[in-house]
Amino acid sequence: MATNTETAKPADASLSRRGFFMKLGILFNGFAAIVLALPIARFLFSSITRGRENGYLSWVRLGDVGNFPEGETRMATFRNPLVMPTDGKTVDTACWVRRIAGDQFQVFAINCAHLGCPVRWFAQSGLFMCPCHGGAYYRDGSRASGPPERGLFEYTYKIENGVLAIDAGQLPTPGDPVASLTSEKPPCA
Amino acid sequence: MRLISRIMEWFDHRLQLAAPIREAAGHPVPRNTASWFYVFGSAALTVFLLQLVTGILLALIYVPSAGEAWSSLQALNHQVALGWFIRAMHGWGSNFMVAIVLIHMVQVFLFGAHKFPRELTWVIGVFLLLMTLGMAFSGQVLRFDQDAYWGLGIGASIASRVPIIGPFAVKLMLGGPIIAGATLSRFFALHVFVIPGLLIGFVCLHVLMVLKLGINEWPMPGRIVRRATYEAEYHALTKKDGAPFVPYAIWKDMFFAGFIILAIAACAFYFGPFGPTGQPDPTIIQTAPKPDYFFLWLYALLSLLPPALETPFLLICPPLVILGLILLPFLSGEGEKSWKRRPIAVITVLMIAITLGTFTRMAQFTPWSPHMNAWSGDPVPERYIHGTSALARQGALVFQVKQCRNCHSLGNTGGQRGPTLDSVAVRLTQDQLIRQVIQGGGNMPAYGNNLSPAETTALVAFLETLHPASQGPARDAALDLVLNNGQVKASGTQP
Repeated sequence: MATNTETAKPADASLSRRGFFMKLGILFNGFAAIVLALPIARFLFSSITRGRENGYLSWVRLGDVGNFPEGETRMATFRNPLVMPTDGKTVDTACWVRRIAGDQFQVFAINCAHLGCPVRWFAQSGLFMCPCHGGAYYRDGSRASGPPERGLFEYTYKIENGVLAIDAGQLPTPGDPVASLTSEKPPCA
Repeated sequence: MRLISRIMEWFDHRLQLAAPIREAAGHPVPRNTASWFYVFGSAALTVFLLQLVTGILLALIYVPSAGEAWSSLQALNHQVALGWFIRAMHGWGSNFMVAIVLIHMVQVFLFGAHKFPRELTWVIGVFLLLMTLGMAFSGQVLRFDQDAYWGLGIGASIASRVPIIGPFAVKLMLGGPIIAGATLSRFFALHVFVIPGLLIGFVCLHVLMVLKLGINEWPMPGRIVRRATYEAEYHALTKKDGAPFVPYAIWKDMFFAGFIILAIAACAFYFGPFGPTGQPDPTIIQTAPKPDYFFLWLYALLSLLPPALETPFLLICPPLVILGLILLPFLSGEGEKSWKRRPIAVITVLMIAITLGTFTRMAQFTPWSPHMNAWSGDPVPERYIHGTSALARQGALVFQVKQCRNCHSLGNTGGQRGPTLDSVAVRLTQDQLIRQVIQGGGNMPAYGNNLSPAETTALVAFLETLHPASQGPARDAALDLVLNNGQVKASGTQP
């Protein structure tokens, strides 16, 4: 039979019929893998791509300007602009609001510029101190001592109809100090 | 009995597993490897299996949702019968696992078992160590409390420092712009599916290679490993002086495995589960986050490294250490196995152990952290203001209300971040004290903007009284000369 003579041959043939189909099969599966890999990669990296389009930041209100007495630094909390159903309390974020005078503010991230622990304001010492590795900052957010290499992260703010709002929505980290990258200095600072 | 053996035969006719199992169990091992030093590998496997079992049990109740994880842990601790015990077993199991894996690694290294032909077994062991540490960190995240939340922030801050890809790595790690629900879910997937799956695969390979290549013989000083001859020598040894692994050597493994399980259970029963600490609510900032035991050394290191060295250290050292561990068996694949003839190996292990131990110990009392709970200010002890001037007393008040003791101790209470001030007047003259308070320096913030001149004067007057009765305060000899119109005061005539 013809098939018998074919199977007897493949040793000298460089590309047998079955060998060809196997290679075609591998190629076909490679194609299927690529078709599948694209949506998987898109899904896996969606948290990055959305950030690149700057879909994370937006203006959030911290409250009436009157809540923040002049010359004092107070903690304010806000809800992160992006909320997912399983987030629980993690979307509530704290920040430090320093009202210098009038409409002049400084809004600092709660996260230490060293490794992100929550800094606390000590009004008497006039310092922000970090409980983790001992970083300290002056009242204007500049570095005072300890391991941080820079001052506290600062949010851009604006005042609209007597309400203080900041441009927030992303965890500031030493490699990505959101606030200072995304915007120009506020006109009044 | 006949029925049982017939059933067994029926199964084996189809599975054909009896022969390879019998072969593996009966493979000859050198007699002197039936030692208590050779039990740590099987103990690590035992704890791993225990972690699988307790982990699955916890997953019956645990909810991997940022909104509910914390309360599901509370339910495990307080509502479900013996939920606390299973949590404690899993938590203590993880501590034991890291410890046993490290001991196993040290034993293997000191006995030269990483040398030819077991290089790949060692390399896979290095991956297993990294995965074990990955399990330890992701497990700490699943205990979704304040420590876990801020620990993730630390992880993100470290990842963000990688040049160029750092910010993207952070978003990939967090699953979004902030630490939230997606973060916990992906760490759950890592801890429960990805890493355990890899671990099971790599553990099987690791054990398979031990079976195929044979257990490392007891190292004899002077018996040199050579690539050309080692395997023949090893086979001759197992032939001449070998014994079947089962039961000759395995009974010690079994005893130690049982002992370890009971030790974990005893720790779990006696000490209870780890946390959870406070709720993972980022608006509650009255917290001092701390990593779990096996990462304390890193916590100390990150506090003590000079700021400018930190990022290079974090980015360069871990890859170098991992690369070094992987390359080790290829760089020293031959030669002496016995630790008695490898002094550098012994010293290296000791140095690393002492360094990690010291950092871990320091991280337990964190001398670098200010005392954060001193908002009311520890009162200055009476004896320090007894018989002082009104100005110095005013200074003591400034000392208290400006929270100097967040960082400086006086009479053994207060922070250890700055030097203790009990005898500061002996070390610094009046001018130096004023300068130090106003300008700071040496890791102390400058207080010039935060103290009025009157407050500074009072504070320094108080600090000048802080010296032992037997020892006068430091003074500037040149200043004395000027103030006394060129007359040098005789020494020892302190007022």
